[in-house]
Amino acid sequence: MPDRDVDLRNDFDSEAAKHRCANLRRRVLAMSQRVMALHVGGAFSCTEIVDCIFNGLMVRDADGKSDDTFLMSKGHSAIIQYVILESHGVMSPEDIEGYCTDGGILGVHPDYGNPGIEASTGSLGHGLSMSVGMALADKTTGATGTIYVLLSDGEVQEGSTWEACMLASSKKLNNLVAIIDANDLQSLEKTSIALPSFYPLKEKWEAFGWEVAEVDGHDGAAIFEAVTSRKGDRPMVVVAKTTKGKGVSYMEDVPMWHYRSPNPEEYQQALDEIEESLK
Amino acid sequence: MREAFAEAIYEAASKDDKIRIVVADMSPAGAIKKFAEEWPERFINVGVAEQNMIGVAAGLAMRGLRPFAYTIATFSLYRPFEMIRDDLCYQNLPVTVVGMGSGVVYSTLGSTHHSQEDIAIAGAIPNMTVLTPSDPLEVRQSVEYCATKSDGPVYLRFGKAGEPIVTENAIDPWEFGKLRYIERGTDVCVMTHGAIMGMALEVAEKLKADGKSVSLVSAHTLKPLDEDAVAEVLRSHKQVIVVEEHAPQGGLSSFTKQIAWDRKAECDLKTFTLKDEFIHCYGSHQELLAKHGLSPEAILAEIA
Repeated sequence: MPDRDVDLRNDFDSEAAKHRCANLRRRVLAMSQRVMALHVGGAFSCTEIVDCIFNGLMVRDADGKSDDTFLMSKGHSAIIQYVILESHGVMSPEDIEGYCTDGGILGVHPDYGNPGIEASTGSLGHGLSMSVGMALADKTTGATGTIYVLLSDGEVQEGSTWEACMLASSKKLNNLVAIIDANDLQSLEKTSIALPSFYPLKEKWEAFGWEVAEVDGHDGAAIFEAVTSRKGDRPMVVVAKTTKGKGVSYMEDVPMWHYRSPNPEEYQQALDEIEESLK
Repeated sequence: MREAFAEAIYEAASKDDKIRIVVADMSPAGAIKKFAEEWPERFINVGVAEQNMIGVAAGLAMRGLRPFAYTIATFSLYRPFEMIRDDLCYQNLPVTVVGMGSGVVYSTLGSTHHSQEDIAIAGAIPNMTVLTPSDPLEVRQSVEYCATKSDGPVYLRFGKAGEPIVTENAIDPWEFGKLRYIERGTDVCVMTHGAIMGMALEVAEKLKADGKSVSLVSAHTLKPLDEDAVAEVLRSHKQVIVVEEHAPQGGLSSFTKQIAWDRKAECDLKTFTLKDEFIHCYGSHQELLAKHGLSPEAILAEIA
C-alpha cells in the first residue's frame, strides 16, 4: 500500500465504531419521523462502510481536513453521508433538519456544491467514472490523497461501471479504492435471483486487474484491515457483503424499506433494537 | 476544421498545463498526435467507452483541470447523453464536448454517423453552451474560448476537412455569444453556422451577382443565441434566409422563426435545413446535403 498511508495510518476501534454507527442509525431514524421517502434500507446497509471510510480510512490533519476524497456513487444512500458529515461538523444540524423540505439544501440524492459533497449522483453508474477522472488528475498533478468511492451492487450492473473499471486498472490507479455495498437486494428483487450471472463479483473484478477483498460489510475493522493492508500497485475494490436495513429486524432484507419510513410504533421498536445491540 | 481544432488545442495546451484531451479511441491525427506524444499523461484514451469518457472528463474538471472530450459528434453526444446532462451540465463543469464531423459530413457511413439533431439535444440541457464555428478560423477562436474563458460545459460542433476559410476579412470579430456579420448589405441576409458556410457563401455570391445587396452572417454561438442581433437582422433586411445543416427543430431555423414571431418581424423569412428523416443515401457530403434539399440551386430556386 502507498507509503503515505503507512506513515499516517489511523487506528480503528471496533467498540467505538459500534457506538458511532448506533448513533448514526438513531439520527437517520429520527429524521424518518418527519420525512417519508428516506431510503433507510440502503443507508443502514452501508452505515459501517461509510463510518469506516470517514472515521478510519480518511487521513485528517489537526483541523479535520483531508486530502482524501469520498464519493457516494450510490446516491440514494446520501442520508448516511449527511449524518456523518454532521458528526464531523461539515454539515450543520440545520442542514440536516432541512432535509427534503422547502428551503432546505439537502435532497435524497447528493448535490455537488453542498458541504462535503464531491459529486451529484442518484443516477447509477456515474460515480466510478468520475472517481477515475479524479484519480487520473491527481496522478498528473502530484496530489497524494486516496479516492474512496462507494458503489451499490445494483449499479455494478451498469455498463458504464465496467468501462471505468477497465480504465482504472489499465492506468494502475493505486490511489483509488472502490467499495461495493453488496446487499443482494435491488428495487425489484434479489440480485442473485434476477441476475445469477452477476456473480461471482470477486473474480470478475480480479479478471479486470483490480486487487479484490471480500469482507463482512458490517465489520468496520475488517474493511479497515483489508484496505490498509492492500498491495497498493493498482486500484482496489472491497466487496462488502451487507444486509439491507441492517440493525432493525423488520427492515433487514425487506425490499419495502428501500423507500418507506417507519410509523411511530415501528420507530420505537427500531430504537429499542439498536439500544439492545449495544449491550 | 479538424486540423484547425488540433492545432488550436495544441497551442492552448502549450500555454496551460491544465488542458487535457480525453478520447474514445479517436485516432490522433495531425497536431493531436503531437499533443499525445509531447504530453502522454495529458492525453487519455479511455477506449471505445464514451460514457466513461464523459465521466472521466467530469472527474478531471472537478480537480480543476480543463478537459476536452473528443470524438465523432454522434458518439460524443448521443451515446453518453446522461453523463453529459448529469456529470457535466448539472454540476456545471468546464468540460468541452467536441463533436467532430457533425451533420451529415460522414456522408458514406449512414445515419449511425449523422448528428442531425445534436444542437437541439445539447441546447436543451441547462448550463450547456453550444458553439458551431463556421470555418477553420472560427474553430480556432472557439477552442481558445473553451480553453481560456469558458466556466461551464460546452458542446463544440464542427465539420471535418475541406471547409473554406470565409471569415478572414469579416467585418465583425469573433466574439462569444455575438452574431457575426461577415459581409453587410441591405436587401437579403443569409444566416448560417457550421460546415455548411461554404454553401451559404455560394448563395450569397449568386444573389450579389443578381444585383442584390447581401449580408452574410455567422451564428457561431447558438446557445446563448444573440437574440437582439437576430431581431436586428430581421428588422434591417427585406429577406432573411437561414441555411443550416441540422434538423428543422431546435436549431437556428426554429430559433429565428420564434424570434421573428416574438419581435413581430415583417421581412420574408425562409429556412433551409436537413429533413427530419433518416435518409438511406450515400455519396459525397454535397450529394447528401442535396438529398436533404440543401443545394445552392434548390435554395436559390425557392427564394426567387
